[in-house]
Amino acid sequence: MKILVCISKAPDTTSKIAFTEGNSRFDENGVQYIVNPYDEWYALVRALEIKEASSADITIVTVGNASDEAIMRKALAIGADEAVRIDAEPTDAYFVAKAIADFAQEKNFDLILTGKETINYNGSQIGGMVAEALDLPYISIASKLDVAGSSLTLEREIAGGVEVVQVNLPVVVSCAKGMAEQRIPNMRGIMAARTKPLQVIPPKNSDQLTSYVAFANPAAKSGVKLIDPSNMDELVSLLHNEAKVI
Amino acid sequence: MKNIVFIPANSPLTKASFEVVSYARNLGGTVTVLAAGKLPSQDLSVLGTYGADEVIVNRSLVANDDQQITMWLANYCKEANNIVFSHDFNGKAIAPRLSVKLKAGFISGAIALPENDGSIKVNVYSGKAFGFMKCNTTQKIISLLPNSVAPEMSGNACGVTEVEETFGEIKVKVLSVKKPEGSIPLPEAERVVSAGRGLKGPENWGMIEDLANALGAATACSRPVADIGWRPHHEHVGQTGVAIRPNLYIAVGISGAIQHLAGVNGSKVIVVINPDAEAPFFKAADYGVIGDAFEVVPKLIDAVKNFRAN
Ligand SMILES: Cc1cc2nc3c(=O)[nH]c(=O)nc-3n(C[C@H](O)[C@H](O)[C@H](O)COP(=O)(O)OP(=O)(O)OC[C@H]3O[C@@H](n4cnc5c(N)ncnc54)[C@H](O)[C@@H]3O)c2cc1C
Repeated sequence: MKILVCISKAPDTTSKIAFTEGNSRFDENGVQYIVNPYDEWYALVRALEIKEASSADITIVTVGNASDEAIMRKALAIGADEAVRIDAEPTDAYFVAKAIADFAQEKNFDLILTGKETINYNGSQIGGMVAEALDLPYISIASKLDVAGSSLTLEREIAGGVEVVQVNLPVVVSCAKGMAEQRIPNMRGIMAARTKPLQVIPPKNSDQLTSYVAFANPAAKSGVKLIDPSNMDELVSLLHNEAKVI
Repeated sequence: MKNIVFIPANSPLTKASFEVVSYARNLGGTVTVLAAGKLPSQDLSVLGTYGADEVIVNRSLVANDDQQITMWLANYCKEANNIVFSHDFNGKAIAPRLSVKLKAGFISGAIALPENDGSIKVNVYSGKAFGFMKCNTTQKIISLLPNSVAPEMSGNACGVTEVEETFGEIKVKVLSVKKPEGSIPLPEAERVVSAGRGLKGPENWGMIEDLANALGAATACSRPVADIGWRPHHEHVGQTGVAIRPNLYIAVGISGAIQHLAGVNGSKVIVVINPDAEAPFFKAADYGVIGDAFEVVPKLIDAVKNFRAN
């Protein structure tokens, strides 16, 4: 089985989120980048488990610039076989998805995995866009994925529940919690990652449909009002009369 | 201006559907709702009171067939200026597909109506910041984060047209559906009671559920609690869990780590119950109770019940 895992970089979860250039750009100063958690913990690790259980060839793909190769090496250290970087600034979901789809088109992957969203843009867009561009079925926000021959059984979240579905390969799946457990790369993996192939290719398309015109940080809270632990009637009264939430 | 709204009609309508219809109405122009599912027409006509001019419901599709629904919507959307979804499970599956099919810009996770310059405010960095997004295309697709823009009533019940259209083979076969009993879907809940490792063990969640029931709230938890299996994964809120924006978020025995706060700081009012006065969560809270959950929560349950009884 040929598996493609789409990997994105994201600022470390403890990063201070600030903006520069008149609030038009994310301030990368002092920011450590990690592999987007959903891509790493669930999509990539599930791909590795499939490989270990039967056999599979795992390619990771990133749309990004040369500085993203650090997170790609991390994904290779965890166990991906090869990496492809589509050399462009990932400015818009449509552009990124088209670039991935154009690359995947010629390679006949059986299974394309993405994380359910990135923790920086929270768009939940790439998987569905890649699926549409390749005319493939899409299972979004899957929390379980089992392979039986050329058919997959998955669980996915739907409004107020979980749906168990079956679909034949090839298919695109966006991966969420429950699918696999986080893995820490070991020394052997890190050494091996240095010599695994990392290919750089140009994007075929340059269409961009959306852009960010500005960013802002939420207003800080004005300060906490402390309530005596023995006086919960007061809390309820404040929630009713002052906050008006009950 | 022509607006189209997609809503799932597999089960009774929820607030999220009223929100998207009302949002589309406030964009100006006409509002046509396209629905998929078996919900009776009478129930769908209510959407008129939130601003829909008409509802067209496809009886041959279910809301989870994203590939089929995309083809159906594309036929109706040729002249639409805006196509609005809820940023829920259906919206996340269908809207990106439609964006590619129509080559229309997609603004995902909107939390407000457009600004004067036409840009739309969205949640980014898992709630740690906002972005203002613009589309470079004349057609826009917008998915609206639940609980962001309150639905407004305007107008009367509207007409509902039933159609039956299919688009070839359905590639995804549904084997079964599991529904957790009686729970409110977390992203749509107006009130949420959440608990963390401070509760010491899963056997102590009874009082959290009791408090949630007394308030008509959904329950949530911190990540370690879901990781060790005290609570189901779908309750995990935060940067790597569900992001929520309820009116009221009560956090019991949660320290308030940056990753937890990211997913909940869009809540309108935050109450923190924790014996550690130094817990970072107090900095993000509106109301704080420095105390032991095992003493405070039962008192709070009584106080809420008293309040409800009067
Ligand atoms: C990459 C990454 C992603 C993460 N994503 C998330 C995420 O999405 N969501 C998330 O929640 N976390 C996330 N975390 C974990 C986060 O950093 C914290 O570890 C976690 O939120 C702590 O959970 P907690 O508050 O339940 O436990 P703790 O930090 O252990 O806090 C327990 C609290 O309970 C209080 N307590 C103790 N006894 C009592 C009592 N009797 N009554 C009341 N209170 C009591 C303590 O004072 C303490 O403040 C992430 C971490 C990383 C590294």
